[in-house]
Amino acid sequence: MILTSSLTTFGRYCLFISRVFSIPDKWKVFFKRTIAEISKLGVDSIPLVIIISLFIGAVIAIQMQLNISSPLIPAYSVGLATRDIVLLEFSSSILCLILAGKVGSNIASEIGTMRVTEQIDALEIMGVNSSCFLVLPKVVAFLFFMPILVILCMGTSLIGGLIVAIVTDIISVSRYTYGLQAMFNEWYVWYALIKCLFFSFIISSVASFFGYYVKGGALEVGKASTNAVVASSILILLFDVILTKILLQ
Amino acid sequence: MIEVKGVTKSFDGKTILHDVDATFQTGKTNLIIGQSGSGKTVLMKSLVGLLKPEKGQILFDGRDVMAMNGDQVKQLREEIGMLFQGSALFDSETVLGNVMFPLIMFSRMTYSEMLDRAHFCLERVNLKGADNKYPSEISGGMQKRVAIARAIALNPKYLFCDEPNSGLDPKTSILIDELLSDITHEYNITTVINTHDMNSVLGIGENIVFINKGYREWVGDMSQIYNTDNEALNHFVFATDLFQKVREYVVDNERRTPPSGQSR
Repeated sequence: MILTSSLTTFGRYCLFISRVFSIPDKWKVFFKRTIAEISKLGVDSIPLVIIISLFIGAVIAIQMQLNISSPLIPAYSVGLATRDIVLLEFSSSILCLILAGKVGSNIASEIGTMRVTEQIDALEIMGVNSSCFLVLPKVVAFLFFMPILVILCMGTSLIGGLIVAIVTDIISVSRYTYGLQAMFNEWYVWYALIKCLFFSFIISSVASFFGYYVKGGALEVGKASTNAVVASSILILLFDVILTKILLQ
Repeated sequence: MIEVKGVTKSFDGKTILHDVDATFQTGKTNLIIGQSGSGKTVLMKSLVGLLKPEKGQILFDGRDVMAMNGDQVKQLREEIGMLFQGSALFDSETVLGNVMFPLIMFSRMTYSEMLDRAHFCLERVNLKGADNKYPSEISGGMQKRVAIARAIALNPKYLFCDEPNSGLDPKTSILIDELLSDITHEYNITTVINTHDMNSVLGIGENIVFINKGYREWVGDMSQIYNTDNEALNHFVFATDLFQKVREYVVDNERRTPPSGQSR
């Protein structure tokens, strides 16, 4: 039963995506909407990304210092471990899980409200491909801006660790910065960027899908928003495992 | 003219519309009336293509919607304007933005021409000075007028209105009815209004289709409705004491006034 309903939902999702990726009715309107979505979904997320990254970066640095304080492990390992945790997991997967909550619920509730207030029906009656008109700019905007957020997250997290080194005496600044540069593997940055593209597509498309097919009223919009966050979080974790296996082994 | 021939629509095995036939005439305000749950909204959604009937034909000036391909449907939809029950204005757009939306999407006008057309439509619905307000900042009646302005922006051949008076006070309802009637006659539009507002039925109903339990029960105009012997229609239209008195008054007046042919 669950398998049947999951397959049915997946089929509907595929059909939905095929309608989303069709040629926009007016390119000028599409570009204008994409820029607006970059501002709404991407630029507006910058403060949240900076705050979370600074604190998590600082916490990772402190925890690394507490957990690997051994005479056998060099002191610069704190910087090295902080950097690798940030590059490998935090800046892409954990950040995307956080943004699935913020951006995913925003998209699902916006499109869901448009559905229950007949705004989507109004678009359809005018002859506008509503799924393409509403969803494609969101997907493109988020795909475009997510790598910027990830790079910002990487930088800010490492600065968070640096602040810990500056204001406390648990690790010296020189050892922390040396650790940041030691045994640096450039592929980890690409790995995070590739992952974030998959995750941003999941967040924007899954949230849009849940919002687009809302039936009912305000209560159902709320449920769709929650379901969108849950579904995209699970998919992010699933794809995290798959992509890690493919890209790092 | 829109012709509906033998339209049947079901949901989950339950038939909502049973073999419905109706004709909606050009240049007239055509009303679909019926109790809540009678199937009138399903009929209207089938007409505009939001629902696909299992059986029957819907002909827009002879063009069968059910036999159209995607491009033809899209072309037809550009000839359709629709006023929704809740206005369905785009929250993120201003009043002017809402009216300009169909022009931006489907016309080849320059920006200044679009602006002129939008202002003309807003003036036509007696709405000036609200250009930069958002839908949440204006009253329900104003929202309906913006929705009408948006619906007529592209000079539609067909105008559909789903319960245009719902949530409005009687005075504003009459204004909206008069506006719809005026626009219909002025631009020779085929207007189809889905309503259960008796003021609309008796005020602007030039062609009325009564739907009862999914069946087309009665067809006529607002003058014929006073003398109908259809029980279901009488129960629906003259349900209140006020409307029963109105009918008695009208019928009495008709009896007292000899036909104009005889008086000569």
